[in-house]
Amino acid sequence: MAEKYETVIGLEVHVELATKTKIFCGCSTAFGDSPNSHTCPICLGMPGTLPMLNGRVLEYAVAAGIAMNCDISRFCRFDRKNYFYPDNPQNYQISQLYLPICRDGWVEIEFNEDPAQGVEKLSPSMKNPSLRTKKVGIHEIHMEEDAGKLVHDDGGDYTLIDYNRAGVPLIEIVSEPDMRTAQEVIAYLEKLRRILQYLGVSDCKLQEGSMRVDVNLSLRKEGTKELGIRTEMKNLGSFHAISRAIESERQRQQALLESGREVVQETRRWDEGKETSYAMRSKENARDYRYFPDPDLAPICISHGFWEKIRAAQPEFCWEKRKRYKAEYDIPEYDIDIITDSRQMAELFEATVALGSQPKKVSNWLMGETLRLLRERNLDPSDIRFTPENLAKLIALTESRTINSTVAKEVFEIMFTENADPEMYVKEQRLAMVADEETLRRTAEKVIRENPKSVQDYIRGKDRALGYLVGQTMIACGGKADPVGASRLLKELLQQEVNEA
Amino acid sequence: MELLSLSAVQLGRAIREGRTTAVEAMEAVLGRIEEKEEWLNCYITLDKEGARRRAQETQKRIEAGELRGPLAGVPMAVKDNLCTRGMRTTCGSRMLETFVPAYSADAVMGLERAGAVLVGKTNMDEFAMGSTTENSFYGPTRNPWNTDHVPGGSSGGSAAAVAARECFFALGSDTGGSVRQPAAHCGVVGMKPTYGTVSRYGLVAYASSMDQIGPLCGNVEDCGAVLEAIAGIVPESDSTYVHRKDSFQGALKRDVRGLRIGLPKDYFGEGLDEEVRNALLKAARLLEAEGAEVDEFDLGLSDYALPAYYTIAAAEASSNLERFDGIKYGYRAGNAEDDLHRMYKRTRSEGFGKEVKRRIMLGGFVLSSGYYDAYYQKALKAKALIKGAFDKAFFGYDCILGPVAPCTAPKLGESLPDPLKMYLGDVYTVAANLAGLPAISLPCGMSRAGLPIGMQLVADCFQERKLLQIAYTYEQCRG
Repeated sequence: MAEKYETVIGLEVHVELATKTKIFCGCSTAFGDSPNSHTCPICLGMPGTLPMLNGRVLEYAVAAGIAMNCDISRFCRFDRKNYFYPDNPQNYQISQLYLPICRDGWVEIEFNEDPAQGVEKLSPSMKNPSLRTKKVGIHEIHMEEDAGKLVHDDGGDYTLIDYNRAGVPLIEIVSEPDMRTAQEVIAYLEKLRRILQYLGVSDCKLQEGSMRVDVNLSLRKEGTKELGIRTEMKNLGSFHAISRAIESERQRQQALLESGREVVQETRRWDEGKETSYAMRSKENARDYRYFPDPDLAPICISHGFWEKIRAAQPEFCWEKRKRYKAEYDIPEYDIDIITDSRQMAELFEATVALGSQPKKVSNWLMGETLRLLRERNLDPSDIRFTPENLAKLIALTESRTINSTVAKEVFEIMFTENADPEMYVKEQRLAMVADEETLRRTAEKVIRENPKSVQDYIRGKDRALGYLVGQTMIACGGKADPVGASRLLKELLQQEVNEA
Repeated sequence: MELLSLSAVQLGRAIREGRTTAVEAMEAVLGRIEEKEEWLNCYITLDKEGARRRAQETQKRIEAGELRGPLAGVPMAVKDNLCTRGMRTTCGSRMLETFVPAYSADAVMGLERAGAVLVGKTNMDEFAMGSTTENSFYGPTRNPWNTDHVPGGSSGGSAAAVAARECFFALGSDTGGSVRQPAAHCGVVGMKPTYGTVSRYGLVAYASSMDQIGPLCGNVEDCGAVLEAIAGIVPESDSTYVHRKDSFQGALKRDVRGLRIGLPKDYFGEGLDEEVRNALLKAARLLEAEGAEVDEFDLGLSDYALPAYYTIAAAEASSNLERFDGIKYGYRAGNAEDDLHRMYKRTRSEGFGKEVKRRIMLGGFVLSSGYYDAYYQKALKAKALIKGAFDKAFFGYDCILGPVAPCTAPKLGESLPDPLKMYLGDVYTVAANLAGLPAISLPCGMSRAGLPIGMQLVADCFQERKLLQIAYTYEQCRG
């Protein structure tokens, strides 16, 4: 009779902070530039250089801690983690072990209990009766520096080092072992991502490595309290890899336990191609990092004033916005979920509505054309460049029937691309609809004269002929006629023809 | 005019007043180097052509009125663990034999802004670990007073160069007495400022929490002028206390009336050489005669200073010296490039000397898991208690007077076989580093064998001015 096992998962999440400069020097944190172009004697660990803490890192770490309901340490310090490896120019990493900046927090996650729904499709927006909420504990958040990157030669002859990433600020968010399924893990990561993106402290891109996840997993007999022996899984580059690795590791440990063997405490590396993991190092040959307080960095005292300043600057988060939107705006819940998914989108929405635009109209532009263009151009909401003022102007132009919807889409694309002022653009490009009755009438009369067959059809009762004539009038006006006005006018003129006939 | 008999400040004045030039001063120093260096080995790197060129440029700037400070045009030497842009900085080690920094230490830049002219880089115990300057890859420095003796260390090259007038003043670094002790052995003035008074940026770290840069000079006045140029520089680092700009030279007045000077009984007990004790007591009586109140007291905890110091210093050193691994700069062992860890081991085995390796191993041990609490953590507690003992002492006293070293400079080769005995020689100096206090070492007599004896004055944090005033008064009344 096989025993039932419970899976226990805790996460260590490294997040690169979106500061302009590195944690201990003035070098840029930009990603993707030529190797070693963002380095100086400090982040190269040259003899005699000293680190100086980037104050923004502290602000970001405290902001994340407050958003995750943590206690913020009044007094904290940096420690050195000593190990020899060329990715770290000083052979020690400046981190926090003894007194981390944040402790004992929690986040609430929403997750889908039905694994059949599939992890990838999981979104809190989905209306599902089995949607559940749960609190996941945050053990601590600490600040540290990132290491450089080693580039191994294919032939195996040499290794090159790029120190651009050395000294990029990170926070490590360590959860309590509170998660039980891959669904919960993904929901937790989604939640962290949303919080951090809303705070503007990180862009949390797994693929670019600005969010890195290590999964600690153990099994225990159902109903027992004691934690089993855990393994730590590294090299998880996507949500897909994370859920595959969790399932794989769960099965591996279960097979070991069921055959009466023991799980070895070790660090394992996920091979995404082979969908399997292998052991990197076990506890027996674990490194002794010889942690001790870094004597180059003064201890940090967080004043109440500093804490209060950061707390007051916390944004309204998406789950809070959702509640408020439901009460304040008459737009569908589906729209609300999409719009509040990113802070940029939500703020654009609110600002445009504040300028007097109707919420549903604003939402339509965001849900429709904006998302379409973002997807098409592979952009993030944070890349949106047009202002709420311009979106409001565009909406006003359609509301006043100055431009029709086809022209509006064209103007939107220009506005999206170069934040052009729609009013100016419509004026310069003469896109306004032919509004004056006289021009429209003359054009319609001309269309009627030139299309006697259609007129005859109409007189004989073929309504479709009207559509054709409206189309011809639109073409004659260069697409700028108001189709409703044109239709009304044509009907009027055709009625005369009918009467005359 | 005999240039080499002038003090740094006197020389600066003579240059400003046009009685001599920076170029003549440099030639005088280079002449003395020519004559003495072969015997003394004060310098690891000498850049004579560069020194002449810098002296000429400085002279032009003095004549153009751009440089008016007391040290403009004065030749100086810098300990070889202070980075100098474009001039190699070896730390007395094979490991950095070819290392040329792309930046200068803040303290060096402060002096260059003041117009002082760099002669070269002085010899030292490797990575400032040692008390005799014998632990140098570049050979020992000898004491100018008697070349059979060591100059002390680790800033022995700087102290000997000042004593022999191979420069007018020098910079050293003091982690456990490395400025004060060689100053005492060479008969010059050496000062360790309060931790945080001088920026450590550009000083290759030995024990970061105690390292402090300090001047070695011919007299107390010069010491004030040098301190003025290096203190309170806008810090490049988090760990530099932004110090309000004191006028250290303004403190140079002969007046100790009403100042209370304490002699810690613990420092005058067993282990202190009789000649040294007598010289110190004589100095104390002179200060008393000048109006100071002098008496003895119990400082306490002095037995714990040495073990706490060697534990903390070794721990920090083991981590600070990890960057020397053969990867990026400096020495790399040959025939080991096929395996990273073999390369690390060979490089560090061959690149570091014995004493450095001893302290790295000691430091690695006290930080290793399972021993951290028993050694490192305990040493930090002892350090806090020692600071507390000084805090208490400074309620009663403006200044503490005691020895710098238990005896005068030992003979060459005498200390090497017994490192523990050498460590014990630091017993009077390390406490000021543990507590971060300013301390000054100044000559207070000669032994019958003709070697200088030093006296140490220690004051409370950021009381450098008081310290200089008492030292200056003593220097004046000693005559």
